Amino acid sequence: MARKVRVLVAKPGLDGHDRGAKVVANALKDAGMEIIYTGLHQTPEMIAESAVQEDVDVVGLSILSGAHMTMFPRVMELMKEKGAEHIVIFGGGIIPAEDVEKLEKIGVARIFGPGTDTGDIVKFIRERFPEE
Amino acid sequence: MDRKKYNDEKKRYQETLSGCGCQDIEFTTVSGEEVGEIYTPDETEGFDYNEQLGFPGQYPYTRGVYPNMYRGRLWTQRQFAGFGTAKDTNGRYHYLLEHGQTGLSVAFDMPTIMGYDSDHKRSEGEVGRCGVAIDSLRDMEVLFDGIDLGAITTSMTINAPASILLAFYLCAGEKKGTAFDKMGGTIQNDILKEYIAQKSWIFPPEESLRIITNILAFCSDHVPRWNTISISGYHIREAGSTAIQELAFTLADGFAYVEAGIAAGLDVDKFAPRLSFFFNSHLDFFEEIVKYRAARRIWAKRMKEKYGAKNPKSLLLRFHTQTAGCTLTAQQPENNIVRTAFQAMSAVLGGTQSLHTNSMDETLALPSEKAVRIALRTQQIIAHETGVINTIDPLAGSYFIETRTNEMEEAAEAYFRKIDDLGGVVKAIDKGFFQREIQRSAYEYQKAFEAGRKVIVGLNRFKLENEEIDIPLLRIDEEVERQQKKAVQDARADRDNDKVARELERLKAAAEGTDNLMPVIIDCARCYATEGEIIDTLKGVFGEYKEPLFI
Amino acid sequence: MRERPSIESLLELFADGKVSAAARLITILEDGGKDAERVLDSIFQRTGNAYRIGFTGPPGAGKSSLLNRVTAKFRAKDHRVGIIAIDPTSPFTGGAFLGDRIRMQAHSEDPDVFVRSLASRGSLGGISNCTDEVVDLMDAFGKDLVLIETVGVGQSELEISEKAHTVVVVLVPESGDGIQAMKAGLMEIGDIFVMNKADHEDAEGAAREIQDTLRLKDIPEGEWEPKVVLTSAREETGIDDLIDVIEEHRRHLDEGGRFANMRKKILRSRVRNALMDRMERRLRASDKVRELLEQRMESVYRGEMSPYMVVRELEELVSIQ
Repeated sequence: MARKVRVLVAKPGLDGHDRGAKVVANALKDAGMEIIYTGLHQTPEMIAESAVQEDVDVVGLSILSGAHMTMFPRVMELMKEKGAEHIVIFGGGIIPAEDVEKLEKIGVARIFGPGTDTGDIVKFIRERFPEE
Repeated sequence: MDRKKYNDEKKRYQETLSGCGCQDIEFTTVSGEEVGEIYTPDETEGFDYNEQLGFPGQYPYTRGVYPNMYRGRLWTQRQFAGFGTAKDTNGRYHYLLEHGQTGLSVAFDMPTIMGYDSDHKRSEGEVGRCGVAIDSLRDMEVLFDGIDLGAITTSMTINAPASILLAFYLCAGEKKGTAFDKMGGTIQNDILKEYIAQKSWIFPPEESLRIITNILAFCSDHVPRWNTISISGYHIREAGSTAIQELAFTLADGFAYVEAGIAAGLDVDKFAPRLSFFFNSHLDFFEEIVKYRAARRIWAKRMKEKYGAKNPKSLLLRFHTQTAGCTLTAQQPENNIVRTAFQAMSAVLGGTQSLHTNSMDETLALPSEKAVRIALRTQQIIAHETGVINTIDPLAGSYFIETRTNEMEEAAEAYFRKIDDLGGVVKAIDKGFFQREIQRSAYEYQKAFEAGRKVIVGLNRFKLENEEIDIPLLRIDEEVERQQKKAVQDARADRDNDKVARELERLKAAAEGTDNLMPVIIDCARCYATEGEIIDTLKGVFGEYKEPLFI
Repeated sequence: MRERPSIESLLELFADGKVSAAARLITILEDGGKDAERVLDSIFQRTGNAYRIGFTGPPGAGKSSLLNRVTAKFRAKDHRVGIIAIDPTSPFTGGAFLGDRIRMQAHSEDPDVFVRSLASRGSLGGISNCTDEVVDLMDAFGKDLVLIETVGVGQSELEISEKAHTVVVVLVPESGDGIQAMKAGLMEIGDIFVMNKADHEDAEGAAREIQDTLRLKDIPEGEWEPKVVLTSAREETGIDDLIDVIEEHRRHLDEGGRFANMRKKILRSRVRNALMDRMERRLRASDKVRELLEQRMESVYRGEMSPYMVVRELEELVSIQ
């Protein structure tokens, strides 16, 4: 049977703005992927452990509260600790350009800003995990 | 009117029109509603001025809540602001007041909104980021340093912990010698829309409603100038709803609060005059105007007919408006000034009582001083240059406006029936009704945008390649979190901890019983109990709400 | 980016108790094929220790919340818990939205709770084809309780009763779940019926209704009589009762060799299903069969041969001794 792409979509931080996360989750699902949705208020520990248990290919994190420079590095660190560096991490939210650069340096694959076409996110994932 | 001539001309017009051809685009509102190419006396036939409009300041208030509207007094120009420590934000408030702003509006950071102290583990990385960090009365004193709380009004965007922040505010004023009944302002305190859209909840709905009715009762006795709930459609819209959903869900929430107040034994005419509303002003110019007009009419009618309100003030739907943050683009951000200006204009033509205009850089970060000033100037230009304030409700009587206002009202009524069928607002929340409706609208809009059926300038059309963003951004220093953590720890060390423990114990007993919680929360605030301590005490009794999943 | 470590190295890490290896082996099981068989072959000896509890019921009955509460109780009793939460794959897009974890995040940092979400993928019912294999893997990984959550629609009910030792049917008072349950055949398979959302005004009435229906069943002397439990996952009431009844059912099975028989029955049906599946695939893959079938179909179309005449001829072609 063909391999399915599995994506964890989570919202770290304390804010409840999950419109983006849910729109992206729906779009990826409609593109034939399996979405594991863990919802609001996720700690980096919860995200990393869920990603490992679910053996996902990709993790998408939506952050709008300004805590991205705390959340992403912690998630990256935990992924490494758990032997899951192979998982591709991308993010979305209001993140200033200079922070985007810093995040890409620590291994975040891509940051999608406001106004992103969900088709671009699908493409980004498909480029890495083509349908077999 | 010569009816025959009219009919002949209309027929002729329609024939010519059908030969004209149209652009191959959808003529729908931003909410996806189809609108006609022209409205005529046929659509408004049977229109009853007295019944449907009335005069401004008169039932059913479609034309406005005051007889003189902006001729009497302009709307309050109220820019939402807050970042970093209380001291940082206090500086911004002094800046805004110096530039002619007429009211304050506090944005709190996420830990404050969710009831965590700044040194809590879950607060890491979030302190002072998207608002100001307030942990105890001590921070509130700093926040309003040098500002006379008897002379201005303050709006606080706070919901689940609204009772506590209100207590901090009242105590801060009291320490400066301003009595409770001399202070005016607003707490958002609209927990229902948190479950529906904004998702900053702490306690389960029933316990939350109990706290809210406690606030209603306390304020009507002791803080009569306070607006106790700002029933908010803003967040429902930002979460992706249509204009009709924003209108219907917000009013349904409002009625639910009225019912909760009545069920708690309060006199509707005592608390209803202090309920106010908070709407979004989105891109579709006319759709927004008719939304406000319909809202006033529906509220007045129901308050009078269904809830038996006698006090004319109970019938007035007074509202604050904020331009739609979700319509701003990170691309060519200067264009946001223009978007915001049109949105502000529809709020004014719709009769708003107060207004926040977004800054152009809000999709990039917290707004910078210059961006905030331009946003404020936008309001001032509308107020002082465009002349729209001269005539009250200038669009009344337009075939188009009145027809669409009626349609909005009918569509909202249809939603009310659905909500009733589900057993009311709280039951409908339980069943995920609102959440699903909003999610579906949000996804539909995204798909329409991605298919190019909806145009966003600079995003899917009229793009700029290799754009350099040339806007100075406000950055929050990492130092803020460290300072604030220390501040809350110092505050805990400086106070009479035995007294705090006793007051928290009293609070626990009050929560377990049926007494009004406000006086006890105020006692806790006075002895510098922190927000986190008060919330934790209440969580111990009320439990916590868990995120439901609706797809 | 798709390469993964060899199966051998994963199995080694799995034996060392590495969660990441177990998770990757589950993916291999889900993908099926030769690799999946290799994994199962090498872990199967270590299975047989986990007690399997199925939770099924209509969407919105609060199964995930209930599972979350039940898990907390089992953890307090020192059980190591595996959870398999299955949601349907969209037949139109092939995608799936797996949201059950959202209710179980309280356990996400507990090393003795392993949650895995599965999409039903090719399966017709609400259950995934590889559920048995994933349960085996969790079993071999040292979980002594495996909870399987499925949406009670279509054919999944019968499937869950072939996979679980105890089947818990979760219902809610509103929207006439009782009647739905009877229609969907849930009454036949439940060992325990949970009326969730007990704080609802109609809960007790609905529970009585189920109880009355169950009384109509003809249960042989000494066999298990299905029980009805009122719970509220929100208020945390009735969870202890549910655990007690589950343990009671387990004790009931332990008596008189019932459990051993059930286990044999489950394994037998697995072998049978796997065999049927394999045979069908082989038939479909055989060129000889296809050629003969195509030829003979022409005769069937013309009315010269009956369908059974064709089948007999094909049977001879593939005859199994």
